[in-house]
Amino acid sequence: MSEPLIVKTRFFTFAEPPHPLVLKSGVTLGPVTVAYELYGELNAARSNAILIFHAFTGDAHAAFYHEGDQKPGWWADMIGPGKAFDTDKYCVICSNVLGSCKGTTGPGSVNPATGKPYGLTFPVITIEDMVDVQKALLDHLGIKKLLSCAGGSMGGMQAMTWAVRYPESVHSAIVIAACHRHTAQQIAFHEVGRQAVVADPEWKDGDYYGRSMPARGLAVARMVGHITYMSWVSMEQKFGRKLLDKEKLGYDFSKDFEVQNYLEYRGKSFVERFDANSYLYLTKAMDYFDLAGGRKLSEAFKNIAADLLVISFTSDWLYPSSQSQEMVRALKADDVDVTYVEMQSDYGHDAFLVEFDDQTRAISSYLAKVQRERSLP
Amino acid sequence: MIRLDYEIIAGIVEPGARVLDLGCGDGELLSLLKEKRHCHGTGIEILPQQILKCMERGVSVAQGNIDSDMDVYEDKRFDYVILNESLQQIMNIEKVLTDALRVGKKVIVGIPNFCNIRARAQIFFRGQVPVTESLPYKWYNTPNLRFLSLRDFRDFCVAKNIVIEKNPCLCEGKQVRFFTNLFADSGIFVLRRD
Repeated sequence: MSEPLIVKTRFFTFAEPPHPLVLKSGVTLGPVTVAYELYGELNAARSNAILIFHAFTGDAHAAFYHEGDQKPGWWADMIGPGKAFDTDKYCVICSNVLGSCKGTTGPGSVNPATGKPYGLTFPVITIEDMVDVQKALLDHLGIKKLLSCAGGSMGGMQAMTWAVRYPESVHSAIVIAACHRHTAQQIAFHEVGRQAVVADPEWKDGDYYGRSMPARGLAVARMVGHITYMSWVSMEQKFGRKLLDKEKLGYDFSKDFEVQNYLEYRGKSFVERFDANSYLYLTKAMDYFDLAGGRKLSEAFKNIAADLLVISFTSDWLYPSSQSQEMVRALKADDVDVTYVEMQSDYGHDAFLVEFDDQTRAISSYLAKVQRERSLP
Repeated sequence: MIRLDYEIIAGIVEPGARVLDLGCGDGELLSLLKEKRHCHGTGIEILPQQILKCMERGVSVAQGNIDSDMDVYEDKRFDYVILNESLQQIMNIEKVLTDALRVGKKVIVGIPNFCNIRARAQIFFRGQVPVTESLPYKWYNTPNLRFLSLRDFRDFCVAKNIVIEKNPCLCEGKQVRFFTNLFADSGIFVLRRD
Protein backbone atom coordinates (compact mmCIF):
# COMPACT_ATOMS: atom_id res chain seq x y z
CA MET A 1 0.00 0.00 0.00
CA SER A 2 1.50 3.30 -1.08
CA GLU A 3 1.42 6.42 1.04
CA PRO A 4 -1.94 8.20 0.99
CA LEU A 5 -1.91 11.21 -1.32
CA ILE A 6 -2.15 14.40 0.69
CA VAL A 7 -3.76 17.62 -0.49
CA LYS A 8 -4.19 21.02 1.09
CA THR A 9 -7.03 23.41 0.42
CA ARG A 10 -5.79 26.65 -1.12
CA PHE A 11 -7.42 30.06 -1.24
CA PHE A 12 -7.63 32.77 -3.86
CA THR A 13 -9.13 36.20 -3.30
CA PHE A 14 -10.29 38.55 -6.04
CA ALA A 15 -12.95 41.18 -6.82
CA GLU A 16 -11.42 43.53 -4.26
CA PRO A 17 -12.53 47.16 -4.34
CA PRO A 18 -12.84 48.97 -6.65
CA HIS A 19 -13.48 45.96 -8.95
CA PRO A 20 -16.26 43.92 -7.39
CA LEU A 21 -17.89 40.91 -9.03
CA VAL A 22 -21.07 41.91 -10.88
CA LEU A 23 -23.69 39.24 -10.26
CA LYS A 24 -26.43 38.12 -12.63
CA SER A 25 -28.92 40.11 -10.55
CA GLY A 26 -26.86 43.26 -11.21
CA VAL A 27 -25.80 43.51 -7.58
CA THR A 28 -22.06 43.66 -6.87
CA LEU A 29 -20.08 41.56 -4.41
CA GLY A 30 -16.49 41.72 -3.30
CA PRO A 31 -13.99 40.73 -2.27
CA VAL A 32 -14.59 37.06 -3.04
CA THR A 33 -12.42 34.27 -1.65
CA VAL A 34 -12.44 30.88 -3.35
CA ALA A 35 -11.38 27.64 -1.66
CA TYR A 36 -9.92 25.15 -4.12
CA GLU A 37 -7.79 22.03 -4.39
CA LEU A 38 -5.48 20.70 -7.10
CA TYR A 39 -4.72 17.07 -7.90
CA GLY A 40 -2.11 16.09 -10.47
CA GLU A 41 0.21 18.31 -12.48
CA LEU A 42 -0.56 20.85 -15.16
CA ASN A 43 1.40 19.94 -18.32
CA ALA A 44 3.63 22.39 -20.15
CA ALA A 45 0.95 23.19 -22.74
CA ARG A 46 -1.57 23.72 -19.91
CA SER A 47 -3.97 21.56 -21.90
CA ASN A 48 -4.76 18.83 -19.37
CA ALA A 49 -6.84 20.72 -16.81
CA ILE A 50 -10.20 19.37 -15.71
CA LEU A 51 -12.52 21.35 -13.48
CA ILE A 52 -14.72 19.32 -11.15
CA PHE A 53 -17.92 20.79 -9.69
CA HIS A 54 -19.37 19.59 -6.42
CA ALA A 55 -23.05 19.12 -5.76
CA PHE A 56 -25.25 21.18 -3.44
CA THR A 57 -23.64 20.54 -0.04
CA GLY A 58 -20.20 19.44 -1.23
CA ASP A 59 -16.87 21.19 -0.99
CA ALA A 60 -13.51 21.66 -2.70
CA HIS A 61 -12.13 18.48 -1.13
CA ALA A 62 -12.95 16.11 -4.00
CA ALA A 63 -10.03 13.68 -3.75
CA PHE A 64 -6.89 12.63 -1.88
CA TYR A 65 -6.57 13.06 1.91
CA HIS A 66 -6.25 16.05 4.16
CA GLU A 67 -3.30 15.59 6.51
CA GLY A 68 -4.30 13.28 9.33
CA ASP A 69 -7.78 12.49 7.93
CA GLN A 70 -9.21 8.96 7.80
CA LYS A 71 -11.58 9.70 4.93
CA PRO A 72 -10.57 10.96 1.47
CA GLY A 73 -12.44 13.60 -0.59
CA TRP A 74 -16.04 13.12 -1.71
CA TRP A 75 -15.26 11.79 -5.23
CA ALA A 76 -12.01 10.00 -4.38
CA ASP A 77 -13.23 6.86 -6.15
CA MET A 78 -13.36 8.84 -9.38
CA ILE A 79 -10.32 11.11 -9.03
CA GLY A 80 -6.80 9.78 -8.48
CA PRO A 81 -3.97 7.86 -10.14
CA GLY A 82 -5.46 5.37 -12.63
CA LYS A 83 -9.01 6.46 -11.89
CA ALA A 84 -11.65 7.97 -14.20
CA PHE A 85 -10.13 11.40 -13.76
CA ASP A 86 -6.58 10.09 -13.82
CA THR A 87 -4.33 12.42 -11.86
CA ASP A 88 -1.27 10.84 -13.52
CA LYS A 89 -2.53 12.32 -16.79
CA TYR A 90 -4.72 15.24 -15.85
CA CYS A 91 -4.59 18.23 -13.57
CA VAL A 92 -7.87 18.14 -11.67
CA ILE A 93 -9.20 21.25 -9.95
CA CYS A 94 -12.16 21.48 -7.61
CA SER A 95 -13.38 24.66 -5.94
CA ASN A 96 -16.10 25.37 -3.42
CA VAL A 97 -19.03 27.27 -4.96
CA LEU A 98 -19.96 30.86 -4.28
CA GLY A 99 -22.57 31.07 -1.51
CA SER A 100 -21.42 27.88 0.19
CA CYS A 101 -19.85 27.62 3.65
CA LYS A 102 -16.77 25.53 2.94
CA GLY A 103 -14.16 28.21 2.47
CA THR A 104 -15.58 30.20 -0.44
CA THR A 105 -17.37 33.47 0.30
CA GLY A 106 -20.98 32.93 1.35
CA PRO A 107 -23.63 34.30 3.70
CA GLY A 108 -21.67 33.05 6.72
CA SER A 109 -18.52 34.95 5.70
CA VAL A 110 -17.60 38.21 7.37
CA ASN A 111 -18.53 41.25 5.32
CA PRO A 112 -15.37 43.41 5.40
CA ALA A 113 -17.50 46.54 5.20
CA THR A 114 -19.29 45.80 8.47
CA GLY A 115 -17.00 43.35 10.23
CA LYS A 116 -20.01 41.06 10.73
CA PRO A 117 -21.25 37.98 8.86
CA TYR A 118 -23.30 38.84 5.77
CA GLY A 119 -26.35 36.83 6.78
CA LEU A 120 -29.25 37.89 4.60
CA THR A 121 -27.36 40.96 3.35
CA PHE A 122 -25.47 38.51 1.14
CA PRO A 123 -26.79 38.94 -2.42
CA VAL A 124 -28.86 36.18 -4.01
CA ILE A 125 -26.52 34.32 -6.32
CA THR A 126 -27.05 32.07 -9.35
CA ILE A 127 -25.36 29.10 -11.00
CA GLU A 128 -23.95 31.57 -13.56
CA ASP A 129 -22.34 33.56 -10.75
CA MET A 130 -20.71 30.40 -9.38
CA VAL A 131 -19.31 29.72 -12.83
CA ASP A 132 -18.01 33.28 -13.19
CA VAL A 133 -16.11 32.86 -9.92
CA GLN A 134 -14.59 29.61 -11.22
CA LYS A 135 -13.58 31.40 -14.42
CA ALA A 136 -11.76 34.02 -12.35
CA LEU A 137 -9.95 31.23 -10.50
CA LEU A 138 -8.84 29.61 -13.76
CA ASP A 139 -7.62 32.95 -15.09
CA HIS A 140 -5.61 33.28 -11.90
CA LEU A 141 -4.16 29.78 -12.42
CA GLY A 142 -3.27 30.65 -16.01
CA ILE A 143 -5.56 28.04 -17.56
CA LYS A 144 -7.13 29.34 -20.77
CA LYS A 145 -9.02 26.28 -21.88
CA LEU A 146 -10.16 23.22 -19.95
CA LEU A 147 -9.82 19.71 -21.36
CA SER A 148 -13.07 19.04 -19.57
CA CYS A 149 -15.34 20.07 -16.76
CA ALA A 150 -17.57 17.66 -14.91
CA GLY A 151 -20.05 17.35 -12.10
CA GLY A 152 -23.20 15.68 -10.86
CA SER A 153 -26.47 17.29 -9.81
CA MET A 154 -25.81 20.99 -9.12
CA GLY A 155 -22.31 20.20 -10.43
CA GLY A 156 -23.87 19.10 -13.72
CA MET A 157 -25.74 22.40 -13.92
CA GLN A 158 -22.40 24.19 -13.61
CA ALA A 159 -20.83 21.98 -16.31
CA MET A 160 -23.70 22.77 -18.68
CA THR A 161 -23.42 26.47 -17.81
CA TRP A 162 -19.68 26.46 -18.56
CA ALA A 163 -20.34 25.02 -22.03
CA VAL A 164 -22.94 27.72 -22.71
CA ARG A 165 -21.30 30.70 -21.02
CA TYR A 166 -17.64 30.11 -21.88
CA PRO A 167 -17.74 28.19 -25.18
CA GLU A 168 -14.14 29.12 -25.97
CA SER A 169 -12.84 27.92 -22.63
CA VAL A 170 -13.90 24.24 -22.56
CA HIS A 171 -13.15 21.37 -24.92
CA SER A 172 -15.77 19.17 -23.30
CA ALA A 173 -18.31 19.05 -20.50
CA ILE A 174 -19.56 16.04 -18.56
CA VAL A 175 -23.06 16.58 -17.21
CA ILE A 176 -24.23 13.93 -14.73
CA ALA A 177 -27.68 13.52 -13.16
CA ALA A 178 -28.54 17.12 -13.93
CA CYS A 179 -30.87 19.34 -15.92
CA HIS A 180 -31.01 22.57 -17.87
CA ARG A 181 -33.68 24.10 -15.67
CA HIS A 182 -35.36 23.46 -12.36
CA THR A 183 -38.92 22.20 -12.69
CA ALA A 184 -41.91 22.89 -10.44
CA GLN A 185 -41.34 19.66 -8.52
CA GLN A 186 -37.67 20.43 -7.91
CA ILE A 187 -38.49 23.98 -6.77
CA ALA A 188 -41.26 22.61 -4.55
CA PHE A 189 -38.95 20.25 -2.65
CA HIS A 190 -36.48 23.09 -2.12
CA GLU A 191 -39.26 25.35 -0.90
CA VAL A 192 -40.21 22.79 1.77
CA GLY A 193 -36.58 22.77 2.92
CA ARG A 194 -36.36 26.55 3.04
CA GLN A 195 -39.66 26.84 4.91
CA ALA A 196 -38.37 24.38 7.50
CA VAL A 197 -35.28 26.57 8.04
CA VAL A 198 -37.07 29.91 8.25
CA ALA A 199 -39.79 28.48 10.50
CA ASP A 200 -37.15 27.63 13.10
CA PRO A 201 -37.27 30.39 15.77
CA GLU A 202 -33.46 30.22 16.03
CA TRP A 203 -33.10 31.36 12.42
CA LYS A 204 -33.82 35.02 13.38
CA ASP A 205 -33.95 36.29 9.79
CA GLY A 206 -30.59 34.75 9.12
CA ASP A 207 -28.85 36.69 11.88
CA TYR A 208 -27.97 33.74 14.10
CA TYR A 209 -24.17 33.71 13.80
CA GLY A 210 -22.48 33.60 17.18
CA ARG A 211 -25.70 32.26 18.67
CA SER A 212 -27.44 28.92 18.33
CA MET A 213 -28.08 27.63 14.81
CA PRO A 214 -31.57 26.92 13.43
CA ALA A 215 -30.57 23.27 13.80
CA ARG A 216 -34.01 21.73 13.98
CA GLY A 217 -35.23 23.45 10.82
CA LEU A 218 -32.07 22.69 8.87
CA ALA A 219 -32.22 19.03 9.93
CA VAL A 220 -35.79 18.72 8.67
CA ALA A 221 -34.77 20.36 5.40
CA ARG A 222 -32.00 17.81 5.01
CA MET A 223 -34.35 14.94 5.80
CA VAL A 224 -36.67 15.99 2.98
CA GLY A 225 -33.70 16.45 0.67
CA HIS A 226 -32.30 13.06 1.54
CA ILE A 227 -35.52 11.32 0.61
CA THR A 228 -35.34 12.90 -2.83
CA TYR A 229 -31.75 11.66 -3.29
CA MET A 230 -32.73 8.03 -2.73
CA SER A 231 -35.05 5.80 -4.72
CA TRP A 232 -38.07 3.74 -3.80
CA VAL A 233 -35.99 0.60 -4.31
CA SER A 234 -32.93 1.77 -2.37
CA MET A 235 -35.09 2.77 0.62
CA GLU A 236 -36.99 -0.49 0.46
CA GLN A 237 -33.75 -2.48 0.32
CA LYS A 238 -32.02 -0.51 3.03
CA PHE A 239 -34.90 -0.24 5.49
CA GLY A 240 -38.10 -1.83 4.32
CA ARG A 241 -40.35 -1.86 7.38
CA LYS A 242 -37.54 -2.89 9.71
CA LEU A 243 -38.25 -1.88 13.29
CA LEU A 244 -35.79 0.06 15.38
CA ASP A 245 -34.54 -1.98 18.36
CA LYS A 246 -37.99 -3.35 19.09
CA GLU A 247 -39.99 -6.48 18.45
CA LYS A 248 -43.34 -4.88 17.79
CA LEU A 249 -44.93 -1.52 17.14
CA GLY A 250 -44.84 0.84 20.11
CA TYR A 251 -48.26 2.43 19.63
CA ASP A 252 -46.80 5.76 20.61
CA PHE A 253 -44.83 8.51 18.84
CA SER A 254 -41.37 7.26 19.65
CA LYS A 255 -39.41 6.03 16.65
CA ASP A 256 -40.71 2.70 15.40
CA PHE A 257 -38.95 2.27 12.08
CA GLU A 258 -35.30 2.22 11.13
CA VAL A 259 -35.88 4.69 8.34
CA GLN A 260 -36.97 7.28 10.92
CA ASN A 261 -33.75 6.85 12.81
CA TYR A 262 -31.70 7.07 9.63
CA LEU A 263 -33.31 10.33 8.58
CA GLU A 264 -32.79 11.82 12.02
CA TYR A 265 -29.14 10.81 11.95
CA ARG A 266 -28.76 12.32 8.46
CA GLY A 267 -30.39 15.56 9.59
CA LYS A 268 -28.32 15.86 12.75
CA SER A 269 -24.97 15.14 11.13
CA PHE A 270 -25.77 17.62 8.37
CA VAL A 271 -26.34 20.45 10.83
CA GLU A 272 -22.81 19.97 12.14
CA ARG A 273 -21.30 20.53 8.72
CA PHE A 274 -23.52 23.00 6.89
CA ASP A 275 -24.73 26.56 7.34
CA ALA A 276 -28.50 27.18 7.25
CA ASN A 277 -28.20 30.40 5.25
CA SER A 278 -26.01 28.70 2.65
CA TYR A 279 -28.79 26.13 2.38
CA LEU A 280 -31.22 28.93 1.51
CA TYR A 281 -28.89 30.63 -0.99
CA LEU A 282 -27.81 27.51 -2.83
CA THR A 283 -31.30 26.06 -3.15
CA LYS A 284 -32.40 29.44 -4.50
CA ALA A 285 -29.56 29.43 -7.03
CA MET A 286 -30.69 26.04 -8.30
CA ASP A 287 -34.33 27.11 -8.44
CA TYR A 288 -33.36 30.13 -10.56
CA PHE A 289 -31.44 27.86 -12.91
CA ASP A 290 -32.93 27.94 -16.42
CA LEU A 291 -30.43 27.99 -19.26
CA ALA A 292 -33.01 28.60 -21.96
CA GLY A 293 -34.76 31.35 -20.00
CA GLY A 294 -37.85 31.38 -22.20
CA ARG A 295 -36.02 30.67 -25.44
CA LYS A 296 -35.96 27.36 -27.23
CA LEU A 297 -33.33 25.16 -25.62
CA SER A 298 -31.52 24.64 -28.93
CA GLU A 299 -31.33 28.43 -29.17
CA ALA A 300 -29.62 28.60 -25.76
CA PHE A 301 -27.21 25.85 -26.79
CA LYS A 302 -26.33 27.17 -30.22
CA ASN A 303 -22.96 28.69 -29.25
CA ILE A 304 -21.69 25.54 -27.56
CA ALA A 305 -18.33 24.55 -29.04
CA ALA A 306 -17.53 21.81 -26.53
CA ASP A 307 -18.26 18.10 -26.89
CA LEU A 308 -20.78 16.88 -24.35
CA LEU A 309 -21.13 13.71 -22.33
CA VAL A 310 -24.50 13.42 -20.59
CA ILE A 311 -25.15 10.70 -18.01
CA SER A 312 -28.37 9.95 -16.17
CA PHE A 313 -29.49 7.10 -13.91
CA THR A 314 -32.57 4.92 -14.28
CA SER A 315 -33.86 5.34 -10.70
CA ASP A 316 -33.12 9.08 -10.35
CA TRP A 317 -36.55 10.64 -9.99
CA LEU A 318 -35.28 14.01 -8.72
CA TYR A 319 -33.38 14.75 -11.95
CA PRO A 320 -35.03 12.16 -14.18
CA SER A 321 -33.52 10.88 -17.43
CA SER A 322 -36.23 12.71 -19.37
CA GLN A 323 -34.51 16.00 -18.47
CA SER A 324 -31.15 14.74 -19.68
CA GLN A 325 -32.78 13.48 -22.87
CA GLU A 326 -34.29 16.91 -23.45
CA MET A 327 -30.78 18.39 -23.31
CA VAL A 328 -29.39 15.67 -25.58
CA ARG A 329 -32.08 16.33 -28.20
CA ALA A 330 -31.37 20.05 -28.21
CA LEU A 331 -27.61 19.41 -28.43
CA LYS A 332 -28.13 17.07 -31.38
CA ALA A 333 -30.30 19.62 -33.11
CA ASP A 334 -27.42 22.07 -32.71
CA ASP A 335 -24.94 19.57 -34.16
CA VAL A 336 -22.99 19.33 -30.92
CA ASP A 337 -20.99 16.10 -30.58
CA VAL A 338 -22.95 14.51 -27.73
CA THR A 339 -22.72 11.11 -26.08
CA TYR A 340 -25.52 10.07 -23.78
CA VAL A 341 -25.93 7.06 -21.55
CA GLU A 342 -28.63 6.23 -19.03
CA MET A 343 -26.93 4.00 -16.49
CA GLN A 344 -28.79 1.27 -14.65
CA SER A 345 -28.82 1.95 -10.92
CA ASP A 346 -31.12 1.54 -7.94
CA TYR A 347 -29.45 4.33 -5.96
CA GLY A 348 -31.63 7.16 -7.21
CA HIS A 349 -30.13 10.63 -7.54
CA ASP A 350 -27.21 9.64 -5.30
CA ALA A 351 -26.07 7.13 -7.94
CA PHE A 352 -23.39 9.52 -9.26
CA LEU A 353 -21.72 9.28 -5.84
CA VAL A 354 -22.02 5.49 -5.73
CA GLU A 355 -21.90 3.89 -9.20
CA PHE A 356 -18.21 4.08 -9.97
CA ASP A 357 -17.63 1.17 -12.37
CA ASP A 358 -19.80 2.33 -15.28
CA GLN A 359 -18.98 5.99 -14.72
CA THR A 360 -15.27 5.19 -14.75
CA ARG A 361 -15.55 3.20 -17.99
CA ALA A 362 -17.51 5.99 -19.62
CA ILE A 363 -15.50 8.96 -18.39
CA SER A 364 -11.98 7.59 -18.80
CA SER A 365 -12.62 6.59 -22.42
CA TYR A 366 -14.44 9.84 -23.05
CA LEU A 367 -11.58 12.02 -21.81
CA ALA A 368 -9.13 10.06 -23.98
CA LYS A 369 -11.41 10.59 -26.99
CA VAL A 370 -11.63 14.34 -26.43
CA GLN A 371 -7.86 14.55 -26.05
CA ARG A 372 -7.30 12.54 -29.24
CA GLU A 373 -9.93 14.23 -31.40
CA ARG A 374 -8.94 17.71 -30.36
CA SER A 375 -5.25 16.86 -30.76
CA LEU A 376 -4.38 17.95 -27.24
CA PRO A 377 -0.96 17.08 -25.85
CA MET B 1 -10.53 -9.93 -39.97
CA ILE B 2 -13.19 -7.44 -40.93
CA ARG B 3 -16.69 -8.75 -41.44
CA LEU B 4 -17.64 -8.71 -45.11
CA ASP B 5 -20.79 -6.65 -44.57
CA TYR B 6 -18.73 -4.02 -42.74
CA GLU B 7 -16.15 -4.07 -45.50
CA ILE B 8 -18.84 -3.60 -48.16
CA ILE B 9 -20.45 -0.74 -46.23
CA ALA B 10 -17.05 0.90 -45.69
CA GLY B 11 -16.51 0.60 -49.44
CA ILE B 12 -19.79 2.34 -50.20
CA VAL B 13 -19.38 5.27 -47.79
CA GLU B 14 -17.23 8.07 -49.17
CA PRO B 15 -14.28 9.35 -47.12
CA GLY B 16 -15.22 12.11 -44.69
CA ALA B 17 -18.94 11.34 -44.92
CA ARG B 18 -21.33 12.18 -42.11
CA VAL B 19 -22.87 8.98 -40.86
CA LEU B 20 -25.68 8.07 -38.46
CA ASP B 21 -25.71 4.41 -37.39
CA LEU B 22 -29.10 3.32 -36.08
CA GLY B 23 -28.76 0.43 -33.66
CA CYS B 24 -24.98 0.73 -33.69
CA GLY B 25 -24.43 -2.02 -31.08
CA ASP B 26 -20.89 -2.02 -29.72
CA GLY B 27 -19.79 0.57 -32.29
CA GLU B 28 -17.55 -1.71 -34.36
CA LEU B 29 -18.85 -0.48 -37.71
CA LEU B 30 -18.75 3.17 -36.65
CA SER B 31 -15.17 2.90 -35.43
CA LEU B 32 -14.20 1.17 -38.68
CA LEU B 33 -15.79 3.98 -40.70
CA LYS B 34 -14.03 6.52 -38.52
CA GLU B 35 -10.63 4.86 -38.85
CA LYS B 36 -10.68 3.75 -42.49
CA ARG B 37 -12.88 6.42 -44.05
CA HIS B 38 -12.43 9.31 -41.62
CA CYS B 39 -16.19 9.56 -41.29
CA HIS B 40 -17.91 11.83 -38.80
CA GLY B 41 -20.12 9.25 -37.22
CA THR B 42 -22.62 9.03 -34.43
CA GLY B 43 -24.86 6.21 -33.30
CA ILE B 44 -28.14 5.52 -31.60
CA GLU B 45 -28.27 2.44 -29.40
CA ILE B 46 -30.76 1.26 -26.82
CA LEU B 47 -28.57 -0.84 -24.50
CA PRO B 48 -26.38 1.04 -21.97
CA GLN B 49 -23.76 -1.72 -21.82
CA GLN B 50 -23.31 -1.48 -25.61
CA ILE B 51 -22.93 2.29 -25.25
CA LEU B 52 -20.05 1.81 -22.83
CA LYS B 53 -18.38 -0.44 -25.43
CA CYS B 54 -18.92 2.23 -28.09
CA MET B 55 -17.31 4.77 -25.78
CA GLU B 56 -14.31 2.50 -25.24
CA ARG B 57 -13.92 2.43 -29.02
CA GLY B 58 -14.01 6.23 -29.03
CA VAL B 59 -17.30 6.44 -30.88
CA SER B 60 -19.97 9.08 -30.24
CA VAL B 61 -23.27 7.47 -29.38
CA ALA B 62 -26.49 8.46 -27.69
CA GLN B 63 -28.75 6.06 -25.92
CA GLY B 64 -32.19 6.22 -27.40
CA ASN B 65 -34.92 4.86 -29.60
CA ILE B 66 -34.57 4.53 -33.34
CA ASP B 67 -38.33 5.00 -33.60
CA SER B 68 -38.37 8.54 -32.24
CA ASP B 69 -34.88 9.98 -32.08
CA MET B 70 -34.43 11.16 -35.67
CA ASP B 71 -37.03 13.89 -35.20
CA VAL B 72 -34.41 16.37 -33.95
CA TYR B 73 -32.35 16.31 -37.13
CA GLU B 74 -32.99 18.63 -40.03
CA ASP B 75 -33.33 17.24 -43.58
CA LYS B 76 -30.21 15.72 -45.15
CA ARG B 77 -28.07 16.23 -42.04
CA PHE B 78 -26.20 13.01 -42.82
CA ASP B 79 -24.64 11.62 -45.96
CA TYR B 80 -25.56 8.11 -44.85
CA VAL B 81 -27.97 6.66 -42.36
CA ILE B 82 -27.14 3.04 -41.64
CA LEU B 83 -29.52 0.33 -40.44
CA ASN B 84 -27.34 -2.76 -40.40
CA GLU B 85 -29.03 -5.82 -38.90
CA SER B 86 -31.45 -3.62 -37.04
CA LEU B 87 -34.37 -3.12 -39.44
CA GLN B 88 -35.88 -6.53 -38.69
CA GLN B 89 -36.04 -5.60 -35.01
CA ILE B 90 -37.93 -2.36 -35.48
CA MET B 91 -41.62 -1.95 -34.72
CA ASN B 92 -42.45 1.02 -36.91
CA ILE B 93 -40.51 0.24 -40.08
CA GLU B 94 -42.22 2.72 -42.38
CA LYS B 95 -41.70 5.66 -40.05
CA VAL B 96 -38.07 4.77 -39.41
CA LEU B 97 -37.28 4.40 -43.12
CA THR B 98 -39.13 7.62 -43.93
CA ASP B 99 -37.17 9.46 -41.22
CA ALA B 100 -33.90 7.87 -42.33
CA LEU B 101 -34.48 8.93 -45.94
CA ARG B 102 -35.31 12.43 -44.72
CA VAL B 103 -32.27 13.02 -42.49
CA GLY B 104 -29.87 11.06 -44.71
CA LYS B 105 -29.01 11.67 -48.34
CA LYS B 106 -28.71 7.92 -48.65
CA VAL B 107 -29.69 5.02 -46.43
CA ILE B 108 -27.82 1.73 -46.13
CA VAL B 109 -29.94 -1.18 -44.93
CA GLY B 110 -28.50 -4.60 -44.12
CA ILE B 111 -31.01 -7.41 -43.57
CA PRO B 112 -30.86 -11.17 -43.17
CA ASN B 113 -32.66 -13.16 -45.86
CA PHE B 114 -35.22 -15.30 -44.12
CA CYS B 115 -35.93 -17.19 -47.36
CA ASN B 116 -32.51 -18.42 -48.45
CA ILE B 117 -32.16 -22.00 -49.60
CA ARG B 118 -31.11 -23.42 -46.24
CA ALA B 119 -34.08 -21.83 -44.56
CA ARG B 120 -36.39 -23.02 -47.28
CA ALA B 121 -35.03 -26.56 -46.97
CA GLN B 122 -35.63 -26.61 -43.24
CA ILE B 123 -39.20 -25.51 -43.70
CA PHE B 124 -39.79 -27.94 -46.56
CA PHE B 125 -38.07 -31.05 -45.25
CA ARG B 126 -38.27 -30.64 -41.52
CA GLY B 127 -41.45 -28.63 -41.31
CA GLN B 128 -39.80 -26.31 -38.80
CA VAL B 129 -39.10 -22.62 -38.53
CA PRO B 130 -35.53 -22.29 -39.81
CA VAL B 131 -32.51 -21.86 -37.56
CA THR B 132 -29.36 -21.09 -39.57
CA GLU B 133 -26.03 -19.36 -39.05
CA SER B 134 -27.44 -16.02 -40.15
CA LEU B 135 -30.74 -16.68 -38.36
CA PRO B 136 -29.44 -18.27 -35.15
CA TYR B 137 -32.52 -17.79 -32.99
CA LYS B 138 -35.33 -20.14 -32.04
CA TRP B 139 -38.91 -18.97 -32.45
CA TYR B 140 -39.20 -18.31 -28.71
CA ASN B 141 -36.05 -16.22 -28.19
CA THR B 142 -35.65 -14.30 -31.42
CA PRO B 143 -35.27 -10.52 -31.11
CA ASN B 144 -36.53 -10.23 -34.68
CA LEU B 145 -39.96 -8.77 -35.15
CA ARG B 146 -40.00 -8.93 -38.94
CA PHE B 147 -39.33 -11.94 -41.13
CA LEU B 148 -38.65 -10.96 -44.71
CA SER B 149 -36.77 -12.04 -47.80
CA LEU B 150 -34.58 -9.89 -50.00
CA ARG B 151 -37.38 -9.95 -52.58
CA ASP B 152 -39.90 -8.77 -49.98
CA PHE B 153 -37.72 -5.78 -49.24
CA ARG B 154 -37.20 -4.98 -52.92
CA ASP B 155 -40.98 -5.07 -53.44
CA PHE B 156 -41.43 -2.81 -50.43
CA CYS B 157 -39.00 -0.26 -51.88
CA VAL B 158 -40.79 -0.27 -55.23
CA ALA B 159 -44.15 0.22 -53.55
CA LYS B 160 -42.80 3.11 -51.46
CA ASN B 161 -40.97 4.81 -54.35
CA ILE B 162 -37.58 4.21 -52.79
CA VAL B 163 -34.73 3.87 -55.27
CA ILE B 164 -32.36 0.94 -54.73
CA GLU B 165 -28.98 2.19 -55.94
CA LYS B 166 -26.99 -0.90 -55.10
CA ASN B 167 -27.79 -4.25 -53.61
CA PRO B 168 -24.75 -6.40 -52.85
CA CYS B 169 -25.77 -9.77 -51.43
CA LEU B 170 -23.76 -12.13 -49.25
CA CYS B 171 -23.59 -15.83 -48.57
CA GLU B 172 -21.28 -17.28 -45.93
CA GLY B 173 -18.84 -14.39 -46.11
CA LYS B 174 -18.75 -14.21 -49.91
CA GLN B 175 -20.62 -12.04 -52.34
CA VAL B 176 -23.38 -13.71 -54.42
CA ARG B 177 -24.49 -12.25 -57.73
CA PHE B 178 -27.16 -14.58 -59.10
CA PHE B 179 -30.41 -15.89 -57.68
CA THR B 180 -29.69 -13.81 -54.64
CA ASN B 181 -33.06 -14.35 -53.01
CA LEU B 182 -32.37 -18.08 -53.11
CA PHE B 183 -28.69 -18.19 -52.21
CA ALA B 184 -27.83 -15.10 -50.18
CA ASP B 185 -28.15 -15.18 -46.42
CA SER B 186 -28.12 -11.40 -46.21
CA GLY B 187 -28.37 -8.34 -48.40
CA ILE B 188 -27.18 -4.77 -48.24
CA PHE B 189 -29.35 -2.10 -49.87
CA VAL B 190 -28.22 1.42 -50.71
CA LEU B 191 -31.39 3.49 -50.85
CA ARG B 192 -32.35 7.01 -51.75
CA ARG B 193 -35.38 9.06 -52.68
CA ASP B 194 -35.84 10.06 -56.29
